[in-house]
Order: sequence, then C-alpha cells, then structure tokens
Amino acid sequence: MYIPHTDIERQQMLDVIGVKTLEELFRDVPEEYRNPNLNLPVGQSEMEVLDQMRLLAEANNSTDDLISFLGAGAYDHFVPSAVDMLLKRGDFFSAYTPYQPEISQGTLQAIFEYQTLISNLTGMEISNASHYDGATAAAETAITAYYHFKKKRKTVVVSPFIHPDYIQVLRTYLQAIEDIQILIPDVNSPDEFLDVTPNYLNDDTALLLFQYPDFLGNLYDYTTLIEQLHQAGGLAASIVYPQVLGIMKSPAAMDADFIVGEAQSLGLPLNFGGPYIGFFTTKKEFIRKISGRIVGETIDADNKRGYVLTLTAREQHIRREKATSNICTNQGLNALAVAIYLSLLGKTGMNDVSTICYQKAHYLATQISSLKGFSIVNKAPFFNEFVIECPLDAADVNKRMAGIGILAGFDLSQFDVNRKNQLLIAVTEKSTRESMDYYVNALQEVLNA
Amino acid sequence: MPESTIYEISSPGRMGFKFPNLDVDSTELPESFLRDDLPLPELSELDVVRHFTNLSRLNYSIDSGFYPLGSCTMKYNPRINEVTSRLSGFCNTHPLQPIETVQGNLLLMYLLQEWLMEITGFDAATLQPAAGAHGELVGGLIIYAYHKLNKDIKRTKILIPDSAHGTNPATSNMSGFEIVSIPTDSRGNLDLDALKGLCDETVAGLMLTNPNTLGLFEEQVVQVNKIVHDAGGLVYGDGANLNALLGIVKPHDLGFDIMHINLHKTFSTPHGGGGPGSGPVVVADFLKDFLPGPIVEIIEEANDELPPLYGLVTPKHSIGRMKAFHGHFGIIVRALTYMMIQGKDGLRSVSEHAVLNANYLMARLKDTYTLPYDRICMHEFVLEGVWEDIPDVHALDIAKRLIDYGFHPPTNYFPLNVHEALMIEPTETENKDTLDRFTEVMLKIAGEAKVTPELLREAPHHAPVKRLDEVKAARELVLCCWTPNPENE
Repeated sequence: MYIPHTDIERQQMLDVIGVKTLEELFRDVPEEYRNPNLNLPVGQSEMEVLDQMRLLAEANNSTDDLISFLGAGAYDHFVPSAVDMLLKRGDFFSAYTPYQPEISQGTLQAIFEYQTLISNLTGMEISNASHYDGATAAAETAITAYYHFKKKRKTVVVSPFIHPDYIQVLRTYLQAIEDIQILIPDVNSPDEFLDVTPNYLNDDTALLLFQYPDFLGNLYDYTTLIEQLHQAGGLAASIVYPQVLGIMKSPAAMDADFIVGEAQSLGLPLNFGGPYIGFFTTKKEFIRKISGRIVGETIDADNKRGYVLTLTAREQHIRREKATSNICTNQGLNALAVAIYLSLLGKTGMNDVSTICYQKAHYLATQISSLKGFSIVNKAPFFNEFVIECPLDAADVNKRMAGIGILAGFDLSQFDVNRKNQLLIAVTEKSTRESMDYYVNALQEVLNA
Repeated sequence: MPESTIYEISSPGRMGFKFPNLDVDSTELPESFLRDDLPLPELSELDVVRHFTNLSRLNYSIDSGFYPLGSCTMKYNPRINEVTSRLSGFCNTHPLQPIETVQGNLLLMYLLQEWLMEITGFDAATLQPAAGAHGELVGGLIIYAYHKLNKDIKRTKILIPDSAHGTNPATSNMSGFEIVSIPTDSRGNLDLDALKGLCDETVAGLMLTNPNTLGLFEEQVVQVNKIVHDAGGLVYGDGANLNALLGIVKPHDLGFDIMHINLHKTFSTPHGGGGPGSGPVVVADFLKDFLPGPIVEIIEEANDELPPLYGLVTPKHSIGRMKAFHGHFGIIVRALTYMMIQGKDGLRSVSEHAVLNANYLMARLKDTYTLPYDRICMHEFVLEGVWEDIPDVHALDIAKRLIDYGFHPPTNYFPLNVHEALMIEPTETENKDTLDRFTEVMLKIAGEAKVTPELLREAPHHAPVKRLDEVKAARELVLCCWTPNPENE
C-alpha cells in the first residue's frame, strides 16, 4: 500500500544491484542477531485500524462530553475552522525544514510572519521560530543568560509561582551544568515573593524567571522588581499566557529581557498535552545569544524579496560541541497554526477573546464567591484563571464533580500541600453562562450533600 | 511577484473571525494593566485562506515530488494518520484530566511503548521527548545521571565519530561532557584501533549512529559496544537511521544501552515544515529507573470485572521531566496508526525496500559520481558532488540544479567526513519509475557540469525565487515584516 514495488520491478532492481535476494543486502548485519522474531500483530487494513483507533478515542471523555474548567498551562480555546483546514495542506505538512530556501518560501515566509505576529503581540523586538513548548522555552532562557554572562553569573532566581512542570523542566535542563544554582525564594504568597526577592538579587544573579499571570492566575506589575534586577546586572524572563495580551500590557512594558510561553492557546487543540509550541522572544541585543531557528528577509539574484534561515552559525550543525543548545527544528506546523490564528483574529479578535475570557472568569468568580463556604483566594487582579477555597478537600470536590461530567479545576494540593482545599479554575470563551451556572449549582449541591 | 505579507494586505476595520456576544454582565477592567495598542493585522477569512494557500504553493513537499533528503527519511505520510490524530476523543482531551477519563489515551501510549520496545529489543520506553535532539538530550543526561549515581565521577568524556550529526556533540555539551572525536576507517566504519586507544576510565560513553551517516552498517558494532562496556562506558544509539533495521535486527541485541527513535522519520508522521516531531527513548533494563517521567504503566491489574487501569508514573532515579505534560501525543497517535497498519510483516518490508531503493540508486549513480565507500549500503548512501576535472562546480550547484528538474536536492555538505557530500535517502515509498527519472536527471546534470557549468552555478532557474543572499540576511537582520516603532529598526 505504501510500498509500491511490483515483483518484476523488485527483480529488475536486484539485478542492477547485482544480488539475488533482498536478504543479501543485509550481509553486514551480524548473522546471529539478524531477522529476529517480532512479537507483534500482522498488518491490518485502514478500515480495521480506524475502527480500533475510534474505540480508543471513545474510551476517553473529551471536552465534548465534559464541562471543563481545567487550565493550568493548557487551555480549551476555540480553534477557527480555517486553521486546521490550512494545516491539512500537504504542501505544508509534508515538507521539511527549509534547508533549500528556493523551494521552501511558503514555510519560510509563514515563520517570518509568525515571528512578526509574536513580536507584536508580546511587544518584543525579536522572536525566534519557536521551541518545543512553553516549558522548554523557559528553560532555554536560563541557559541563554548563563552563557551571555560567560558562566560568571551562576544563579537563576525562580518564582515559586510558575507552572510546576516548568520548574521541573528547568531542573532537568540545568542538572549537568554543575555550577548553576536554581534559587526559589521560600515564600508563601506572590506578594511576599515581590517583597523578598530583591534580597536575593546580586552580582551572581544571571536570570530572574517569573510568570504572568502567575500559576495562581494573579497579575502583578514586575516593573520595580525588574528595575532592581537590572541594577544588580541580571536579566529578566517572563513566562506569559498569550491570550492575556489581547487586552493587558505585556511584561515588555516592564522591561523584561525575555518573554516566552506556551502558544497552544493560539490555535491548537488540547491534544492531551502535545504537540504544543513554545514561543521565545527577546531584545535585539541578545539576538546572537539565543538558540532556535530564526528566519530573516533578504533578496534573490534578481533582487526579488525572499526569506532564509539566518544566523545559523549559532546552531548545532555548525558549532557542534560549542553550541549552547542542541535544538534543530522549530515546531513548524504549529507555528503556522499560530500565524493563521493570529491573522484570522487580528487586532479585533484578540481583543475580543481576551475581553470575553476576562469577563466570563469574573462572572464565575462572583457567582462562586456568593456561595457560602467558598471564597476567592486571589488578592491581586486576575485574568481568566483564579483560585477558590472550598469548604472541603479540592480532591473531593473534583471527584464529586467528575461524577456529573464536570472537570472542576486543577487540584492545587498537587502544587502545594498547604493548598488542599484550593482549586485553580480556568474560563475561556467556550464556557457559556449556562455551563457556569450549572457548575455553581453543582458546587452548592456538593456543599449541601 | 512575491507573495505580500499579512501586514501588507491588512486593512483597518476588517475581521476574520467573530466571537459570540458576551452572555454575562461586564465588570471593570484593571486600568493599570491595560495595553494601549495591539498591533496585529486586520484581514477577512478569505484574505487569510488565500494568503496561506498561496504560501503553501511556494513549498516543495513529499506530496509534490521526490524528496531524497539524506538522514531525514522523507517517506510518504499516510492520510489516515491525519484522521485518527484528529478524532475528537483524542485531540479534545486535557492533559490534567483524571486518569479514569483518559484510559483510551493512556492505553494508546502504553501500546506505542510496547511496540517500540519490541522493535528495538529494549526493556523500557519514554514517550516524553519532543524531537530527536530532545531524545538525545535524554540519553546524554541518563549517561550523566548513571555515572553520578555510581559515584563514578572521573567519567567526563563522550566519544563521537567524526561522521556524527551536529546534535551529538551539542547534546554531550548540554549533558556536561567533553567531546572526543573518533575517525572513520577506510571501509567507512568507526576506527576500532582509535576507539581502543581512547577507552579508559574517563570515558562516560559513546554516541553511535548505526547505520552510520554514510549509510553503512557498522561492521564491527558488537565489538565496538563491547570495548566501550569493558571500559565502563555506556553506548548511546542515535536512532536517526532506524528505517533500515525494522525486523532486520534489534539494536539492543547489538549492545546498545539507550536509543532514541524519530517517529517523524521511521514511523511516517509528517515533518510539518520542521516539526513537531517526536523522539521517544528506549533503554536497557538497568537504566529504566533513570527515564524521564511520566511514563505509562498498568497501575491496577485487570480482574474478572475490570480491565487494567493505566496511569502515569515517574521512575525512581528519573532525570526529570523533559517538557510539560506527557509528550507529543498527537504524533504518538499517528505513529501507532502507521505501525498497526504495517504490522510485523509490513515493518520488515519497509526496511527491505528502503535498503533496496538506496542500493539501486547507488548502483546506477556510482560510475558517474564518486562513491567514497563502495559497499552495499543500508537505507541511504553518500556521493561526492564534485569532479577533479571540474573544480568550480560544487555539491551545492548540483543540488540547486536538481530543483530545476523538479526534485528536492539530497542533503549536502553532510556528513563532514565526505568531501562535498551529497547524501541520498530515497525511502521505501518511492517507486522504480521515480528512481529511474531521478537517475536520468543526475546523469544529465553530470553531463551539464562538463559542458555548461554555468547552468549549475546559476541554478535554480525554475523555482519561485533564485539563489538568495544569505550574507545580506545575516548582516541586515530583518526578522519582522512590520513593527509599530520604525525608529527601533
């Protein structure tokens, strides 16, 4: 089916090569290990495999079946029909990295436009072509800062209120660079983090990494903290949830040096956690220090505008062991999805989706806070995600809600054992008033039960 | 005319998507956090669809023609993969849902782990890594963590053949090691004597690609791996070239300890213009506790009434998490779909025909182009793209001239140990007619190189653009098509 050879062609080809059987082509493979038995099923037809895949898919409850208020780093936003229709074009998905720019202008220009859109959304000067996901993009900021300071500044100060997976990935990435220290201030609240952190900033600080809104949904202004950090000589990196930027100011306005994050919310389905796409932006002065692909504009031999991969001397295939990252590709097709999504929504649509998320989240928060026994934990302004304190274990609430088809939120005891009654709730434009009212009633019933 | 950018076709007031009206009362927005301007383009849905459709037509792709890009395994991407990966039950599940609600996903991941272990002979698998290079990093960090746990801290070196991908040394650097290069011998194998001389108590491991990047099976691979093991090192297998070995040999049987697998090469998931790929890692039993988590395991065995319960588990000495959540699930669905369609018989046939196609092309081209290592090859081979009597025609010129004849060029200037390399990997999904047409064009270009070399040096003549000025791109660094502050330019 996917192998087109006829018996006659196969024989003709073997004759040209000068061997009698296919087996002879493998004579360099040690005989004692050659042709092992594979304890696997035999091949099946497309119809049979499709049936089995459908059964597996139906064994899940998807957000089609459930009312979901789960966010915590992956968000259920609506994806306009045109996005996926365009992604299905084989000219896009069956091409590879644009090594031959003359026949890859489609991919190159799409990445160039992605870079432009991300730069303009974040308010930063430079965007690369993307990283694997938000967590790996965040980890790359630490590596970039460490090498920027020629390994002389060795401390990465990290807010405890960033996504817990991101902290874990950062630890994974830095574990073999033995002189780097990850310092997480021991604080109980985001307010305390802002108060205490200046004490940790000094001439060993390479990077301060924080999240906006933070993992608990809070919006804080980091301007003063970044100013203090810059006085100490370090660099600031903010993880950002891009939907917030439709109405809210970007950490670029607070003078952050890197803005990175997860762009799944810009046109990609939840997909059980991947593949997503990490965006990575910075100031022009750091352009030669960052990792990942970058597309630049140029001209061809006829002075016609065109695009190429540029500054490749930073990358592993040129620098080999001197490269600071081994990343090869970007998230190509997902960067294309983001470019299409941002083009479709544009100025008005991004403002709309951002406003709707904000207003709906605040409606739900108000409704929940009017329930006896429940309260809103956030002290600072929040965007579309907030924390509620429940009158019983969040795990218990989640379990009871799941029983009636509601994903009630992220149980924060998994983030911090002291938050066992707290749920992190995310609202998107897909949350209808009806579904939110249903949720509030269900919470009320949990309390009454 | 080049395609305009989305900012050039933007017109104030246009909209490409409408959201429902707000169905709740509005509250005030936090004034001090609001942004002044949102400099995004304004386009209709048709503007956007037409723009990106036009862009797509500027691309060469597997769907449009032969793509013999060595080391990248540009095989056909079956359409069913795009159907299964978009089933709502898969793509609309949240990664943090209770495991009871995603048993289908977890079973699917478990099955892929099992298939990969069976095909490669290893004992444990993780699906976390997002790409081949990401899987390599897992390997490098496992080698680091393993020696550290054993308090074997003298082991600071990783050995890497001179033919290796650039990711191998870059990975070793990220994993905290010094890199020592090993030469290639006259048959295109890793130089065994050089290896013996380098193996001592400072060696942490060897990173070996087999078949190697010359497309040749390492003839002494078992001995190579034993020498490294005897010196106390681990052997990492770069699985970039697994497409030659399915059902032919299990890499773990040859003595490899760790290997990554590129689902986007061997198992047909689309390259997507550069990603997303997926780079699962398989390891020998003694390394399974180091794998990044979470991995899928049966956490409650089946009983008379219930099927087994699948859950997510992080191994005891895990090197940690490689990314948020569970891996590139959408790619995992595509790969398992492909593997189930192939089955054990089909998988073996894949490798047989990938190797048949490569040897056929090599046989037809080797009298015209210099073949530095004249042996039966595996799924790819490397020619020299230069002739002594035509010194001003280079591999690059041959590559660009192929574009004029409607073919994607082979990989060029890699591997580094072949002069003016042209690395050709046809894959099993190409038929004999295509290979014959490609051969005829390659022979014709060799003729042109002698008679009309300028045709090659100025190629391509029939592509959407001519050769592009890469120096200008790097010097002027225009990285955005539009910015709100021209004075920042």
